[in-house]
Amino acid sequence: MITARGVTKRFGRLAVLRDLDLDIPRGQVTAIVGPNASGKTTFNRIILGLVRRDAGEIRFDGELLNGDSAYRARIGYMPQIARFPENLRGRDLVDMLTDLRGPHAARDEELIELLALGPVLDQPLRVLSGGTRQRINAALAFLFRPDLLILDEPTAGLDPISSSTLKDKILRERTAGRTCIVTSHVLSELEELADHVAFLLDGEIRFAGTPEELKRGTGQPTLERAIAQLMRRGLVAVPSTHAARGVA
Amino acid sequence: MRTILQIVRYELRNVLRNRWVIAYALFFLIATELLLRLGGSSPHALLSLLNVVVLLIPLVTIVFGTIYWHGSREFTELLLAQPVPRSALFHGLFAGLVVPLSAAFVVGVSLPLLAHRALTADTWGLLALLLVAGVALTGVFGALAVLIGGLVDDRLKGLGIALGVWALVALVWDGLVLWVTVAFARHPLEAPLLALTFANPVDLARVLLVLHFDVAALMGYTGAVFDRVLGSALGTTAAIAGLGVWMVAPGLLALRAFQRKDI
Repeated sequence: MITARGVTKRFGRLAVLRDLDLDIPRGQVTAIVGPNASGKTTFNRIILGLVRRDAGEIRFDGELLNGDSAYRARIGYMPQIARFPENLRGRDLVDMLTDLRGPHAARDEELIELLALGPVLDQPLRVLSGGTRQRINAALAFLFRPDLLILDEPTAGLDPISSSTLKDKILRERTAGRTCIVTSHVLSELEELADHVAFLLDGEIRFAGTPEELKRGTGQPTLERAIAQLMRRGLVAVPSTHAARGVA
Repeated sequence: MRTILQIVRYELRNVLRNRWVIAYALFFLIATELLLRLGGSSPHALLSLLNVVVLLIPLVTIVFGTIYWHGSREFTELLLAQPVPRSALFHGLFAGLVVPLSAAFVVGVSLPLLAHRALTADTWGLLALLLVAGVALTGVFGALAVLIGGLVDDRLKGLGIALGVWALVALVWDGLVLWVTVAFARHPLEAPLLALTFANPVDLARVLLVLHFDVAALMGYTGAVFDRVLGSALGTTAAIAGLGVWMVAPGLLALRAFQRKDI
């Protein structure tokens, strides 16, 4: 679905992504993990065109991203921190995005219902709590049945009920053939979601493959321990080239 | 184009809920009303309004605009994750800033004049010019605000620069012109003074109006030079064109910065 080759980004003197190659396979959930400031969010935002890459190329369904915006009709993005125009109501946002996507865009309001957002949508966003905003944020990402979901720390700030509702939804979308990129620090949670894991450190992919390969390669029983092992070593731990290059 | 209009619509809804804009319209309403009651005849009221317009519109527009641009980051972030081109969002946001401020000014000034039936055949023309000057200044300082807001990420710093720009063009400039006239009194000054006028949008707006009021005493030095060198018709055209350049140039720079920016 997504093919990234040689993607490089610096903020001033800080290199955030260095010559990054990564494939996001279609119809599966790819988890991007890594410590803070390893470049996960930047990678997501480069796919969306929010951040401009300095070098390298990204293809979406084989098509090179070059500053055009139409491909974003097929993406649903849930940013890490939901920042909304304060004076609008949730319903205004839903209406506005529906307007922008055009009348033919498919709609999926399941999460609005499941996350009990109905009454909340009529209040100005500024009065809502962080968790409630995060629920709206999630519902908006799924609203137009996107082919690709980019979820940045989706469960941060959600209560356990909302969090598992969201995870169930992700799994249902995968069954429906949609592709999903999830970043998270809560690795135990990725265990039940991820078909693929990409481990990012200092702006480089240090491992890419299935969770089983990762666990086998590090000799650890869980994803969390396997990743911890990788982070302690801080170097390429598992032969990862076939996974990084192979799946498309 | 459709996308731009949709963005403007939602931005308008957002801005109109902001009490600043309402207060701004009320201010012009009350100021015009007061000037009409105190000043009596409407050419005088319009002339006094001119002074309010050339000082206040730049100040409010550049300050409000810089705050607005920083405040629209959330909107920007949300919309750029949608199938929305950056240029469409930029134009939508710019219109969302300039349209309500211009409307507040036009409505605030026109209503009392119309209610008092204070307009005669020649003051209609003056009112039209005053409205053109006010809307042009809103556009110019809106564009400058957007440029400052886009280039300076720090809110306070941006606000400081905005206030600095306003103080320079609205206050310090007159002093500079005066100094030039005094210091070079023995030299022909038409060309440099003309250049100085074009270098300052506030001066251009003032000249635009002063050319049409029969009040040589109020013209000031630059107004007189404008009248003498360019004449009334050419002077008006040149002033409007100058204001147009002052809006488009910073606007284009801001658009370029916006298209390259990491959100």
